[in-house]
Amino acid sequence: MNTVTTSAPVPTEFAAPAASVARPTGFVHDTVAVFARESRPLVRDPFSVVFSLVQPLVFLGLFGPLLIGASGGDAAGTLQWFVPGILVMVALFGTASTGANLLFEMQTGSHERTLVAPLSRAALLVGRALKDVVPLVIQGTLVVLVSVPFGFRLDVPGLAVGLLVLAVFGVGLGALSYTLALACRNRDWMFWMVHQTLLFPLMILSGMLLPLDEGPAWMQVAAAVNPLSYLVDAERVLLAGGFGDPSIVGGVIAAAITCALGLVLGVRAMRRAR
Amino acid sequence: MDIETDTNRMITARRLTKTFRAKGRTVDAVTDLDLSVAPGELVAFLGPNGAGKSTTLRMLTTLLPPTSGDAVVAGCDIRRDPAGVRSRIGYVGQGTSGGHTQRVRDELHAQGAFSGMGRRETRARADELIDSLELGQVANRQVQSLSGGQKRRVDIALGLIHRPSLLFLDEPSTGLDPHSRANLWEHIVDLRRTTGTTIFLTTHYLDEADQLAERVMVMDHGRVIADDTAAALKQRLAGDRVTLEFGSATDAAAAAARLGGDHDGSSISVATPDGDVALPRWIRDLDAAGLEVVAATHRAPTLDDVFLALTGRSLREEGAAAAA
Repeated sequence: MNTVTTSAPVPTEFAAPAASVARPTGFVHDTVAVFARESRPLVRDPFSVVFSLVQPLVFLGLFGPLLIGASGGDAAGTLQWFVPGILVMVALFGTASTGANLLFEMQTGSHERTLVAPLSRAALLVGRALKDVVPLVIQGTLVVLVSVPFGFRLDVPGLAVGLLVLAVFGVGLGALSYTLALACRNRDWMFWMVHQTLLFPLMILSGMLLPLDEGPAWMQVAAAVNPLSYLVDAERVLLAGGFGDPSIVGGVIAAAITCALGLVLGVRAMRRAR
Repeated sequence: MDIETDTNRMITARRLTKTFRAKGRTVDAVTDLDLSVAPGELVAFLGPNGAGKSTTLRMLTTLLPPTSGDAVVAGCDIRRDPAGVRSRIGYVGQGTSGGHTQRVRDELHAQGAFSGMGRRETRARADELIDSLELGQVANRQVQSLSGGQKRRVDIALGLIHRPSLLFLDEPSTGLDPHSRANLWEHIVDLRRTTGTTIFLTTHYLDEADQLAERVMVMDHGRVIADDTAAALKQRLAGDRVTLEFGSATDAAAAAARLGGDHDGSSISVATPDGDVALPRWIRDLDAAGLEVVAATHRAPTLDDVFLALTGRSLREEGAAAAA
């Protein structure tokens, strides 16, 4: 093997380029930087937030009236029961598919660019997961506001706490979605298969759309182990302004567990990414 | 194993090796790679697809841990101080660095923040890069709306935002039309001329290595098989090629017997270190022997001839086969 290292003539004035060293950065700085980058398309094109509201609004507009009719109760009472479920649906569908964006960036190359940048790997995951809270809160608020003219009674402190609990859950589910994307790498089909397989059963078995009280026993068992059902119960109480109800504790715990699990698995997956 | 940190070297690698295990099979992607690059050099890593170029680059940029061996990049050990390496290098991978729904200027600002640069400094630097890489027209457009050449220039701008002293480019012009390629090369050469940035690029395009780099490292099957200036490689390994055409196959055969070389129908092809000098002499000698040369061509060697001489295979054909 020839190892002659004939170096090119280096112009003397450039022979020693100033060794530029980027400033050391920390986890918080990096998380803010990643969050800012991820939020930018949203700031540039706020309409995209409204666009992904189509699905929850379809459920609200088309499923809502059927539910009102079937329940035999009044519209306002049914909405009071139904709208919190739609809010959880916004959180569920909004954050569970967010991994698809990462999947796309993994395939095009911009994810690789961030891996080579002097960024904390944990921040790469956390900054992304935190960003998902922004559309969630905006969409949740819009859904509630749309329902008010139809008889939904708005309780502002209840909504604020309800959205906070949903945000904690959303960070966790978003992080799990990124974890799935990192595990699937270039297999889009696998991502969507897992996504679709889990999402609809989770949704139906949470009592989000229809009460499960009339369902068979096994369904009620499934609902009991579904963190979403605790979240839905808690949101129903919170949005009605009831702060003293013990079901809120269940919802908070479900959100906190989802969040912790998502962040632990997500950060681990991001640290291993290459 | 420890490498002495040589402050005069931008990249030093010793016995760098990467072995992949997949489905019970081991693949030696890179084997015992030694490397030494001085500050300010523009090095092209040339080889067919699958030669181990990108794997080498991914090890040097800390994306992939080596199986064995060591490397010091921009003064930092890739194993012990990957964060140090990352903060000192620029990396432009094979893909599109910019996020598809992001605007060009936003991405540059984000990348500045990623590197720990202050807001004002980042903005000034982004404007500077937008100007020098001729991205002014598209700075406020989404990356996905850009042409291939524009995207590539954005990639390079992203790699340069923090003024790295070493820039890695993985197959910079793959997929670009000839005009965009020429434009990109101009920018790369200009970057090196004006800032002295060390540039290490991989390519499977012969003309790219030839056009851009003074120093070419040829890689094949995970090993570096030649390392020199393009001119020296061609001179030493390939030489000029002279083709002589005769009136008949018999004459051609007789000429081939005198001069050596390959005989094909009524023409022969002979390799020689210096075709300019050999050609008139051969024509005179053959004429004197009664063998009339009816046409003569003389071709300077290409890097493909070098690759052919080294491996017995043509890089051009492999490229075509890979593209098919």
